[in-house]
Amino acid sequence: MRPKADLEPAVTAGAPAAAAPAAAPDQGRRRPRAARRRIRRLTTRDRLVITVLLGLPLLFTFVLVWATTLASIGLSFTNWDGIGSAKFIGIDNYKELFTNYPPFATAIWHNLLWLGFLALIATPLGLLFAVLLDRKIRFGRFYQSALYLPVVLSLAVIGFISQLIFARDDGILNTVLGTTGQGQHPVDWIGDPHINIWVVLVMAGWRHAGYVMVLYLAGLKGVDPSLKEAAAIDGANARQTFFRVVFPVMRPVNIIVGVITVIEALRAFDIVYAINGGTNGLELLSVLITDNIIGEASRIGFGSAIAVVLLLISVGCIVAYCMTELREEKS
Amino acid sequence: MTAIAASRAPKATGTKGPGAAVAPRRVGLHVFLAAVSLLWLAPLLLAVYASLRPYQETAKYGYFSWPHHLSFAYYREAFTQSGMAQHFLNTLMIAVPAVLLTLFFASFVAFCIARVRIRGGFFILILFTAGNLLPPQVMVTPVYELFTRIPLPYWMSDSLTMYDSYWGVIAIHIAFQTGFCVFVMTNFMKALPEELREAAIVDGAGVWTQFWRITLPLCRPALAALATLEFAWIYNDFLWALVLMSSGDKMPVTSALNNLKGQYFQDYNLLAAGSVLVALPTVILFFILQRHFIAGLTLGATKG
Repeated sequence: MRPKADLEPAVTAGAPAAAAPAAAPDQGRRRPRAARRRIRRLTTRDRLVITVLLGLPLLFTFVLVWATTLASIGLSFTNWDGIGSAKFIGIDNYKELFTNYPPFATAIWHNLLWLGFLALIATPLGLLFAVLLDRKIRFGRFYQSALYLPVVLSLAVIGFISQLIFARDDGILNTVLGTTGQGQHPVDWIGDPHINIWVVLVMAGWRHAGYVMVLYLAGLKGVDPSLKEAAAIDGANARQTFFRVVFPVMRPVNIIVGVITVIEALRAFDIVYAINGGTNGLELLSVLITDNIIGEASRIGFGSAIAVVLLLISVGCIVAYCMTELREEKS
Repeated sequence: MTAIAASRAPKATGTKGPGAAVAPRRVGLHVFLAAVSLLWLAPLLLAVYASLRPYQETAKYGYFSWPHHLSFAYYREAFTQSGMAQHFLNTLMIAVPAVLLTLFFASFVAFCIARVRIRGGFFILILFTAGNLLPPQVMVTPVYELFTRIPLPYWMSDSLTMYDSYWGVIAIHIAFQTGFCVFVMTNFMKALPEELREAAIVDGAGVWTQFWRITLPLCRPALAALATLEFAWIYNDFLWALVLMSSGDKMPVTSALNNLKGQYFQDYNLLAAGSVLVALPTVILFFILQRHFIAGLTLGATKG
């Protein structure tokens, strides 16, 4: 019925093939058969199983993710403080946000900076690592582990480690630079509001590159080797093969990495929260929301308005992602 | 044949063995990768190093100096002073059920989408995946309000509500994380061979048997990869516990680090020891499941 879509799995049985190399010759045999089969008759018991086990996660997602998001949008038009009753005040929160709330502009700028840093430096770095490590090289496993290790650390831990490295008086960096002695002016990496955002970005990028590397390593495994061979027959060198053949073919992975990069940049929270609570040069949208909502002022309506701004930016990416998936599904 | 030989040529020179002349490009590659790996590990190694040395020593000579005394004293102190044992337990109470249930539900949803091919499967996939991309801060207030209104019996929660109980935190993690897992599992299952399941259907196996006995065992690599990632994410969560719980003794281990922060004086070496202790479980899990990791993440078909 949809022969092309059904062919996909056969071409990229990358994961099982990697686990058992013997599966490889199997691929060719499977192709012609994959095109048939559509939904089969389900018994009453099958329907019951599906209803319960599909219904439960759907309910969770609906109630806790989608309904709460909609509720937040509603709250952003009120002046609710969490205790009394909520009063509808139209777009006053948004007006105040854009005209009379200085941290907002700073936070937007920092989130954009975060996005730019991840997208232009950390993500390409992760891709580079993946390409270098995709071949069988000696110590490959070690390099891979070393580069990936920061990903399993919590950003809170990374925040504490940053303090160890970047502290002004006895931090490692200033000691190495030799600026901690008498009469010197050590750089206050974390305390100086003009510098600290860069320190945090370096640490966030340190983690992000490893994450992107893993995603691309998985993506590169799924690339049909015959494509590379075909390119080589046509006389393409390694660089041309990568940029003209391998990279475009990894489009689904590229999209995922792109979406993850944007989302990580918008969600960034823990690392600045661990370092100084997201103040003094480290303002981020997520921190402003948290401060307004669970802070002492408890300005829930206002905090929700910031959340909606963050949501709108995310929705842009989500819609872009859905469109590409939809196109993929239709083709 | 020649094409294969040509494309593999650079690889062959490097792996001929110790006796063969190593191509200069290979040396460059290894120097680069070794340098980057060291740079990537440096912060961790320095944290471990600092945690082994007394504060007086690092304060006097700086962190970048030869050691005079090395001991595990800070680890003992960090472990007892922050009540870490209790907080570790709290984290496990949240992370283990959350990861298991997330993987279970996500696998079944993926099974319905990729194998049973239920109607509307694609939209279910989008619903889950897009939900995972929403910023959690957007949901914070309504989730908080909702949980304070859901009563629970005393044996489930001593706060008598979903708020300030593990149930609430587990529920939100499941709701939020299922999206990513559905996405990965769907792609993985689409790539699985169908023969076994077909044979099972012919033998009269129901949907549950096809899922639990036939399909799920084949998904082990993907489940291992997702288990590592999800455990790390839920383990490292900071926000939800902060928002949805109020009792200090229920907090997960990430917030235990805050107990080590002095009011007037920061002993960074102690903090380093605490950070290493907190990071240890996820690192160990990663090394245990590492073999499956790359193989398990099939992120999308790449057709020619």
